[in-house]
Amino acid sequence: MYDFLTGPMLWVTFLVSFGGLLVRAVMYVRGLNWQLDRVAYRPNMKYGLRGGIISILAFIIPFRARLWRVRPGFTLIFFAFHIGLLVTPILLEAHNVMLKEAFGISLPTLPTGVADVLAWTCLVGGLFMVLRRIAFPEVRIITTFYDYLLIAITVAPFITGLIARYEMGDYNFWLMAHIITGEIWLLSLPFTKLSHAILFFMSRMQLGMDYGIKRGGMKGSDMAW
Amino acid sequence: MPEGQFCNKTPITTDEQLKATLNDKGGKQYYEEMNHLDVDSEKLWGAIQKTMKSRIKTWLEICAHCGLCAESCFLYQVNGRVPEQVPSYKIQATLGQIVKKKGKVDNEFMQMCMETAWSKCTCCNRCGMYCPHGIDMGIMFGYLRGLLYSQGFVPWELKIGSGMHRVYRAQMDVTMEDWVETCEWMAEETEEEWPGLEIPVDKVGADIMYTCNAREPKHYPEDIAEAAILFHVAGENWTVPSEGWEQTSLSMFAGDWECCKDNVQNVYDAIERLKPKRATGTECGHAHRATVIEGPYWTGRPDGQPPVPFLHYVEWLAEALRTGKLKIDPSKRIKEPVTLQDSCNYVRNQGLKDITREIISYIVEPGYFVEMAPTKEHNYCCGGGGGFNGIGKYREQRNMALRKKMDQILDTGCKLVIAPCHNCWDAIRDLEEEYEIGIRWSFLKPLVIKMLDVPEHLLPKDE
Ligand code: SF4
Ligand code: SF4
Ligand code: SF4
Repeated sequence: MYDFLTGPMLWVTFLVSFGGLLVRAVMYVRGLNWQLDRVAYRPNMKYGLRGGIISILAFIIPFRARLWRVRPGFTLIFFAFHIGLLVTPILLEAHNVMLKEAFGISLPTLPTGVADVLAWTCLVGGLFMVLRRIAFPEVRIITTFYDYLLIAITVAPFITGLIARYEMGDYNFWLMAHIITGEIWLLSLPFTKLSHAILFFMSRMQLGMDYGIKRGGMKGSDMAW
Repeated sequence: MPEGQFCNKTPITTDEQLKATLNDKGGKQYYEEMNHLDVDSEKLWGAIQKTMKSRIKTWLEICAHCGLCAESCFLYQVNGRVPEQVPSYKIQATLGQIVKKKGKVDNEFMQMCMETAWSKCTCCNRCGMYCPHGIDMGIMFGYLRGLLYSQGFVPWELKIGSGMHRVYRAQMDVTMEDWVETCEWMAEETEEEWPGLEIPVDKVGADIMYTCNAREPKHYPEDIAEAAILFHVAGENWTVPSEGWEQTSLSMFAGDWECCKDNVQNVYDAIERLKPKRATGTECGHAHRATVIEGPYWTGRPDGQPPVPFLHYVEWLAEALRTGKLKIDPSKRIKEPVTLQDSCNYVRNQGLKDITREIISYIVEPGYFVEMAPTKEHNYCCGGGGGFNGIGKYREQRNMALRKKMDQILDTGCKLVIAPCHNCWDAIRDLEEEYEIGIRWSFLKPLVIKMLDVPEHLLPKDE
């Protein structure tokens, strides 16, 4: 079972997940339409790219966009959550051991203490996301079951991973659970709203190009996102 | 009953239809008929499949339901922060549902969509700046309005508005003859005080062609006279076209895209015919947006640009002041606290934020200009944008919407508001009428004229 999950199944998962995200990115670009979107992408590519990059940077750098500055509390938790989500799995020592076995390459790894903190951050962040959905009417009204499900899919590998890590209960069971939930998460990426992993960049880029070309960029004024 | 006499899926294209619909006071019969209007689900879904591409599709799909856009919407703020005013909710509950149900929605639902699209969003595009995913509800509501219009679910005034554009190619029943006559009349009137002043109609090869808002020839012809005075004093070689002079687009508010295209093409044809070096329009935000920012796409110009460089009035004015074509007498500058309304349509939507402040630097005594908070591209809609000002059915909601601007203005402590946008100007006028906070408001033209330093040779001789 372990061999299957970390062998062929892992391969399939990576392929479907990253391949799927790539397909979504390509489909996104193909579905752009200068006349319907009312943005002359091609003839003004330079302005567009400039606006697009500014727009992406404003939202991936904490406190850069005005949105992040007007809500510092949310911003902190939001970034901590996403950084933990991305960094932990990639730089975790245990994952890198597997990587080394499979491909003979490995990335720098996090000290265990840091990895623990990051994983806990994700859990707390996830809990916070759930709580604010319940607490704030402006979030409650747009929240659906699907939103909760996605949070569950996202934090499940962290919960199972931490249980395995602290060797609470049956280690093998929790390790297996960790691998399965991790693979479910990866497989969900291209097929659910989690596709925002890639579509965030596409959408931000597009709106950035819109502003960079049509809504001020060519008049020499950058949007103060 | 499928389609009514006034409320139906067919646009108004004849003068008789137009007059008949207008005579239905307040749209009484129109809205009554709307209760029985059928939804053509197949056509609706067909239109969505043809026109809903990556951008809107992705936006609907990846909206994180995080609610961060809530506070960015002034309508959410002024309406007691009710969750029904959260931008994401407004679009998911309307367009989102239509898409989910593949167009199989009923009359009641479409009427709810109509109310949401025209009374809960002014398409000010502010929320788009605050959504981490870059989801721009203003754009999506524009799209939804198009779908609603094609199904006949559009407020009475806007059905008429786009009908006006279709019949008269102007937002009001101003014909080409009316327009040319008004120009001649204004030139005559103004010439007494400004000898040599002309309003040249259809002059080929001028440096600049001027277009305007049909409300000017209809209701405030002095605005045309003021434009003429400023061009005259600036020594500008200018002209107005006899046909293609109307720059506004109620059809854009209505979501009548076919009509939008026709109107803009009319202006571009005038440009091709008169071959001016550049063009400029009046102090109007949405007119500028229609003709200059969106227009090139409606008419299918691949570079996204009008046929010649087309300036907003504030750009022309700033240039004339900067180059000394117009000179301000420093003793006549504004010496009272004054604030500026940043129009969404050319500030957030074309970045013209610094140029208006440059004008301020010439016409306001230093120290007297007070910024609204927030300003520039973060400024709020005046409260009457996107057609909101003109829709009787939603007057109450519009009056509520004005409160944001009221608070912003009150916070500046200013009694004078400069509003270089027709629609903003109207909204601020209504705001004073409704809430009586004791403010005055003005376009730039009359302010500048009052403080001009006019060269000797342009003044009347006998004085
Ligand atoms: S801020 Fe953007 S992602 Fe969040 S709810 Fe609003 S529209 Fe959706
Ligand atoms: S476009 Fe403006 S009015 Fe419409 S939802 Fe967004 S912020 Fe509100
Ligand atoms: S009327 Fe002026 S402020 Fe209001 S939406 Fe239009 S441009 Fe913006």
